[in-house]
Amino acid sequence: MKVVIMGCGRVGARLAGLLDIEGHSITILDTDTYSFRRLPAEFAGTALVGDGMDEEALKKAGIEKADAFVAVTQGDNRNIMAAQIAKHLFNVPRVLCRIYDPLRRELFNSLGIEALSPTTTFAQMLKDKIER
Amino acid sequence: MYIVIIGGGKVGFYLAKALLNEGHEILVIEKDASRTEFIHNELGSVCIRGDGCEVTTLTEVGAGRANMFIAVTGDDDDNLVACQVARHKFNVPRTIARISNPKNETIFKKLGIDVTISSTNIILEYIEQEVPTHPLTHLLTIRDRGVEVVEVKIPPKSPIIGKMVKELSLPPGSIISLIIRQREKPQVPTAETIIQAEDQIIAVTTPEAEEALRTVLRGL
Repeated sequence: MKVVIMGCGRVGARLAGLLDIEGHSITILDTDTYSFRRLPAEFAGTALVGDGMDEEALKKAGIEKADAFVAVTQGDNRNIMAAQIAKHLFNVPRVLCRIYDPLRRELFNSLGIEALSPTTTFAQMLKDKIER
Repeated sequence: MYIVIIGGGKVGFYLAKALLNEGHEILVIEKDASRTEFIHNELGSVCIRGDGCEVTTLTEVGAGRANMFIAVTGDDDDNLVACQVARHKFNVPRTIARISNPKNETIFKKLGIDVTISSTNIILEYIEQEVPTHPLTHLLTIRDRGVEVVEVKIPPKSPIIGKMVKELSLPPGSIISLIIRQREKPQVPTAETIIQAEDQIIAVTTPEAEEALRTVLRGL
């Protein structure tokens, strides 16, 4: 599978590493080269400097041939916008994004964006641990 | 009309001021505390502190009864999301977004934002009109329909000077609709009208044929 990841933070870099080991073809985008230090040393994919909300940068990352797009920057709105560009402009078959704000996640899920909220998931996990 | 404005920067502030003067009910949502206080002091209680993309904030300000929603923060993504939340969660009938990257115009349209205003494009258009050396000026773009109205000034050395309109090989979809000459009444050309140096030509064309049209008229 060809996967484009936007945002090389802890989550983005880790996901890139995991998928890369499995043999997928990965391109990871970040606006700051310094973020790429988080990638594992044996990472065989492509790390590109660019803004995932920019059509040109996405094209360079090979979005037109991607099977999946993942938006995991720190900004909810950036993730939402990039995910919608990938889905509606480039028709990427699978688009996932992170939205911290649970209410916003709910809304954009209903608009067809497959979004995950670490806030909800992690709070629930902590609650389960405490009550167990 | 009840109008909600997202972003209390310079644009948001003066916009709110102007719309208040026109007698509208205005509410500005601004993230920054000191900026909120400034607007409060200047314009009265028309500004609250909050995140304009958050459902709770928008519920609080009664976005459900807003007639119009205008997002003018400096970030395109924030403006997009604020407008989408207003539209889909609160059914605001009209949403307007300010954009900085002109390329986002098409994307925003596609994602259901009614009106986009690109400050970059507006300034560019002014420059094109003010700078006489600019070879081709966009006067009007009929959005998403692929038609443009442009202005071209015929340079003194253009190869088409002295030729009749019917002799020009204009690209498909292009037509010369008006010729403006110094000290003469602007005229709608016929097939026999002869092009002169310094003529100002108003033409209808398509974005694809624009370049070819310019080459024909200016001989570059």
